[in-house]
Amino acid sequence: MSRPDEQGGRPGANGRYDVPLVVAGPDGEPTRRNGRHPTSDAAPTSDAAPAPTPAPTGEPAASAPREPAVSDGPGDVWDRRVASGLAFLRRRFSGDYPVDEFGFDPDLTESVFHPVLRMLYRDWFRTEVTGLEHVPADGAGLVVGNHSGTVALDALILSAALHDQHPAHRYLRLLGADLVFRMPVLSAVARKTGGTVACNPDAERLLGSGELVGVFPEGFKGVGKLYSDRYKLQRFGRGGFVSAALRTGTPIVPVAIVGGEEIYPMLADIKPLARLLKLPYFPVTPTFPWLGPLGMVPLPSKWLIEFCPPIPTAHLTESADDPLVVFNLADQVRETIQQTLHTLLERRPDPFGP
Amino acid sequence: MTPGGTPGAPGVVVVTGTGRYLGAHVAARLAADPRIERVIGVDPAAPNPELAGLLGGVELIRIDLDSLGGLLADLDVDAVVHLALVTAPDAQQGGRSAMKEQNVIGTMQLLAACQRAPRLRKLVVRSSTAAYGASFRDPAVFTEETEPREVPRGGFGRDILDIEGYVRGFRRRRPDVTATVLRFAPFIGSTADTTLTRYFSQPFVPTVFGRDPRLQFVHFDDALEVLHRSVAEDHPGTYNVAGPGVLALSQAIRRAGRVGVPVLEPGLSGAAALARNLGFGRYGLDQVDLFVHGRVVDTSALEREYGFTPRSTVAAFDDFIRAHQGGVVVTRDQLAAAERAVLDGIRQVRSAVREQP
Repeated sequence: MSRPDEQGGRPGANGRYDVPLVVAGPDGEPTRRNGRHPTSDAAPTSDAAPAPTPAPTGEPAASAPREPAVSDGPGDVWDRRVASGLAFLRRRFSGDYPVDEFGFDPDLTESVFHPVLRMLYRDWFRTEVTGLEHVPADGAGLVVGNHSGTVALDALILSAALHDQHPAHRYLRLLGADLVFRMPVLSAVARKTGGTVACNPDAERLLGSGELVGVFPEGFKGVGKLYSDRYKLQRFGRGGFVSAALRTGTPIVPVAIVGGEEIYPMLADIKPLARLLKLPYFPVTPTFPWLGPLGMVPLPSKWLIEFCPPIPTAHLTESADDPLVVFNLADQVRETIQQTLHTLLERRPDPFGP
Repeated sequence: MTPGGTPGAPGVVVVTGTGRYLGAHVAARLAADPRIERVIGVDPAAPNPELAGLLGGVELIRIDLDSLGGLLADLDVDAVVHLALVTAPDAQQGGRSAMKEQNVIGTMQLLAACQRAPRLRKLVVRSSTAAYGASFRDPAVFTEETEPREVPRGGFGRDILDIEGYVRGFRRRRPDVTATVLRFAPFIGSTADTTLTRYFSQPFVPTVFGRDPRLQFVHFDDALEVLHRSVAEDHPGTYNVAGPGVLALSQAIRRAGRVGVPVLEPGLSGAAALARNLGFGRYGLDQVDLFVHGRVVDTSALEREYGFTPRSTVAAFDDFIRAHQGGVVVTRDQLAAAERAVLDGIRQVRSAVREQP
């Protein structure tokens, strides 16, 4: 609570919420957030009119963006954060938020899950995203990516980065393995963040309602591969994702994700233990299980995500049940991702570089 | 052709299960329709005293479903509405075996009687969205074509699968009869009294730890409307009947101002069995499965065919909340007041800090 502009407050001011004459320092957080240049306005000219009354209202932050001249009234950034946080809590406790038929809860995703993922992808993994113009701004799209990293963190990073950086702030509706929906807690979180079971009825329903759907056709074969096999795309299953796209005439957007392989480099797979725990694999990484919970911290690799040009499928709607068309298209997607992975890897010589 | 005059509307209608809440309301509603000449209520038991008042225009006959054959032929019955289903075992009524007897054997007997009724033109059967079973690999939204991936663990779900199987057989044998199967989501409303409404009426509501199922309800009045239209108009086929939209269980509990108490799943199945044996609570594996997997259905076929959209799940649930304010633990007004108080407090502290030189 020791912000520079607070110390500058003129003692004995006539109003409690008077704007200080002394301008905040250059790194004063609230003023910077308000878009006010620290050196441009020494004279408090426009502060008298919007001087806010301390009378509180229900949600002052949500309505009427404040004048930037007021930096420490009820409209300042911390007050707004507190108010919106409280409004969020009230919404949650009274159940006053929408949930769609798949269980997607945008309010919770935006306020809780995305901020956490944002720190992870921006500050920890230093993710660079390119080719966002290939992701449709509206209407359906099927985003197909490579899977990696022992824990399927890449899917979450992809959805958070896409939502943050895409101009239309689109949500990526992920399709997950049924193992995810078998586990308590995880299943609830997956549904709340917009995920659903990877099956054709769900994929077609989401695509049919114009959503952006994310799939990782490698599945556990991709997530659970050894570090020595990194960035080698695994088999693409039966190509169910292609037939879902064909049936709905949705463009397929391949995406290559580099960086996920190094977060938990899997050196070995203890198969008997995996069978005992009914898991697809039991990983041994340089830190897990040796360091216990500390081994769960992902290594800070450098991430690159590139969206490739979309592959249109609208002209192939009748061939959705033709296995040859489906396999060829799946191969084309696979090749595109593999090629893009190679070019991205050349751009990133050091996996843990800046 | 039809004695009732209006094409489609039958002259003589038999309603089974008039001793129960749904059957009594449907029979009363059909009796009030001038297009329908006679409404005959069939139930082995006499209706509850509070339901008896509704049944003024209904001729009540107290027989079992196995002696229905002669009645259907003698009275020239045009339509049969089969509502006599038991959704949860009742220890006083003979438990699970009596429930199965009533649901499965009763339906078999009814369909056998219907098959031999020459004038019968219409059959409306109450079913449930429990027909879709519960599995981790289920699609998020069930359409009428979805096949259950696993046979349900709960008795009611298994009964429903059997009943629908018999109706499929009946359709093959009597293609001239318009058969309508209505898969209802759980009923809710200001007056309905079901296992689920009792569940949500408690101040502390048990939930399954780590699961937040998606629920759908249908308002009782909308269910009546759909049943009425199924009798008065011709709508062959199977239809999901649910309020559009979804409530997560945690959200429903919060909206109702109740407090959810998460229970570990293995413990919940055991606790449900224990509570059932001790005679309080009627939660079975049907409810536990619903609270693990949730159940959401697609209602577009109903909307297309009937030209009627039930009120949304949220609206139906809100109607229920308004009628059940008794067990509320936290109200919305209290939450809003708490929000204001905390915000005020923080502002005062901050301005006090700022006033220090």
